[in-house]
Amino acid sequence: MMLWETFLLAQKTIRRNKLRSALTILGIVIGVSAVISMVTLGSGATQKVTSDISKLGSNVLHVRPGQGMRGPGGARSSSDPFKIEDATAIKNSIAGLQAVAPVAETSGQAIYGSNNWSTSVTGGTNDFFIVQGWDLDEGRTFSDSELQAGKSVCLIGKTIQKELFANESPTGKTMRLGKISFKIIGTLKEKGQSNFGTDQDDLVVIPLKTLQRRMAGNSDVRTILVAVQEGVSTTGVQKEIELLMRERRGIAPGQEADFHVRDMKEIIDTLTGTTTVLTALLSAVAGVSLLVGGIGIMNIMLVSVTERTREIGTRLAIGALERDVLLQFLVESVSLSSLGGLIGILLGLGGAALCSKLIGVPFVFKPGIVAAAFFFSGAVGIVFGYVPAKKAAQMDPIEALRYE
Amino acid sequence: MQTDTTPLIQLQGVSKIYGKGQAAVKALDAVDLQIHQGEFVAMMGPSGSGKSTSLNILGCLDTPGSGQYYFDGVAVGSLSRDQRAVLRRQFLGFIFQGFNLLNRTSAIENVELPLIYRKIPARHRREMAQEALCAVGLEKWQNHTPGELSGGQQQRVAIARAIVGKPRVLLADEPTGNLDSVRSIEIMEMLRTFNQRDGITIIMVTHEPDMAEFCKRQMQFQDGHIISDTAVEDTL
Ligand SMILES: Nc1ncnc2c1ncn2[C@@H]1O[C@H](COP(=O)(O)OP(=O)(O)O)[C@@H](O)[C@H]1O
Ligand SMILES: [Mg+2]
Repeated sequence: MMLWETFLLAQKTIRRNKLRSALTILGIVIGVSAVISMVTLGSGATQKVTSDISKLGSNVLHVRPGQGMRGPGGARSSSDPFKIEDATAIKNSIAGLQAVAPVAETSGQAIYGSNNWSTSVTGGTNDFFIVQGWDLDEGRTFSDSELQAGKSVCLIGKTIQKELFANESPTGKTMRLGKISFKIIGTLKEKGQSNFGTDQDDLVVIPLKTLQRRMAGNSDVRTILVAVQEGVSTTGVQKEIELLMRERRGIAPGQEADFHVRDMKEIIDTLTGTTTVLTALLSAVAGVSLLVGGIGIMNIMLVSVTERTREIGTRLAIGALERDVLLQFLVESVSLSSLGGLIGILLGLGGAALCSKLIGVPFVFKPGIVAAAFFFSGAVGIVFGYVPAKKAAQMDPIEALRYE
Repeated sequence: MQTDTTPLIQLQGVSKIYGKGQAAVKALDAVDLQIHQGEFVAMMGPSGSGKSTSLNILGCLDTPGSGQYYFDGVAVGSLSRDQRAVLRRQFLGFIFQGFNLLNRTSAIENVELPLIYRKIPARHRREMAQEALCAVGLEKWQNHTPGELSGGQQQRVAIARAIVGKPRVLLADEPTGNLDSVRSIEIMEMLRTFNQRDGITIIMVTHEPDMAEFCKRQMQFQDGHIISDTAVEDTL
């Protein structure tokens, strides 16, 4: 029998029993659509996280006291904090840097008139704006004298502006942070939410010295942010900073450092590492659902072969070869399973497109996964259709014809 | 009416035993038989006498338990399953008591079925099937499914399916067993035409003497033996 005829025959048989065919392929449809939508959404989320983080600056190194964080734990407080001099040393002795921003943080109550808002306060230099990619909306950045003398001036993010000033222009006004009055010299352009759902615009930036002297009461620097010039290797700079800091902190060679220098890439890797685990889990789910779907197909094909015993007997009597009958039932089960795969792919992509709109991640079409899903659902038809097809092909025509 | 030419069909000491030990049934017991090209043979005898068993062996659906079956000089007993299938689709046509048409499949598609397995191209296939349906007087019914046809019409579709490949031998196991006498006679006249006009060898099992009247040779089976084998005088 010719392949095309066999294919047409299978289509006809499948359409003849619409409800049964639909139920047969349901397992495969559900499995494939679940996997396709998960993978599509997952890669959309990964892409968003990655691009958002690299927007923060993939060329930025974080220098912090404490041994490297494993996961989102944070630095240990027992190690000696950095000082402004450490940042100056980095700036002076390492080439290829765009900006070096020593930063300290605290939180405080921002008050203007009868409005107040609790926010995070960052003490930094003008390099902070460069490293974190903040643009000015209004006003100006710090002057050298303001930075040197630790003046009470600040720049505020859009959230503070909205919460405290409503429609007024804040530049030039005076607001309080706790008990201290600050003159607002500028506002920062809106950045929106971070990947972690925090509001990036909810911040006040003041000169580092102001924060150290008047709010924290020490001279500690929590983080030194280092932006590397474009075209310069971040790993090279990372090594140089490590060497320099080991020397400055008197750490003997071979001894474990009490600080760490981290690259944005490492942070991205940590985050996407989770995705790899997720992908592995999803593949396991896919495998199980294809197995279950395949057993469903085998079951129905066995029933179908038994029901059509007389038909098979007739075909054999009038000249069908064993392989003609084998092919007929294999094509039927492969058609069923790939149809299931196809519907599953369409449903999965549709569902993912919808969900990605709803949760605001990009829709990432993964042709590899779609092809694999289609291929595997077809393969399920061959594997699980083989036993029923073989059973049909090996029937004794005389007994099959006599079958009631 | 025997000629000197080698017979088309020849059984030599063919036996067939079903079951084992105590339950063993000797369906055929050392049967010898020769049928020549162009004969029209009726196999008669009581139920269980071995008619169907011998027809299945002659039709290459089954193989002899012992003894030899030569079809056109070929020893069928030594052929594989698929080789026998090829023999069937090239040279043999089958008509069954229960018609065995495919349900929900139009008459013409049923008739085309053997041609599909012979890998005949679609257009040529359709022409041949139409011709065969014409020969059984069903050209107007080609798009109807078996469910929409009467018993007699269904058996004519089955006959069209059996002759569409221009077989040398037609094998029929009680082809009129499910039909009333008027339809039965129609079918028998049709078979006689194929035998006389087209020279197709026909072997049919029947227990109705009226139907056996149409044949040129009658064999009587009993307990797995052929107890009589007579040529019929041309009564017409
Ligand atoms: N597949 C089978 N298994 C066991 N016994 C069988 C089988 N086919 C036929 N027989 C037995 O062989 C004998 C001859 O059967 P059969 O050729 O069908 O007779 P007929 O067609 O003349 O009625 C019967 O006794 C029948 O019961
Ligand atoms: Mg019988």
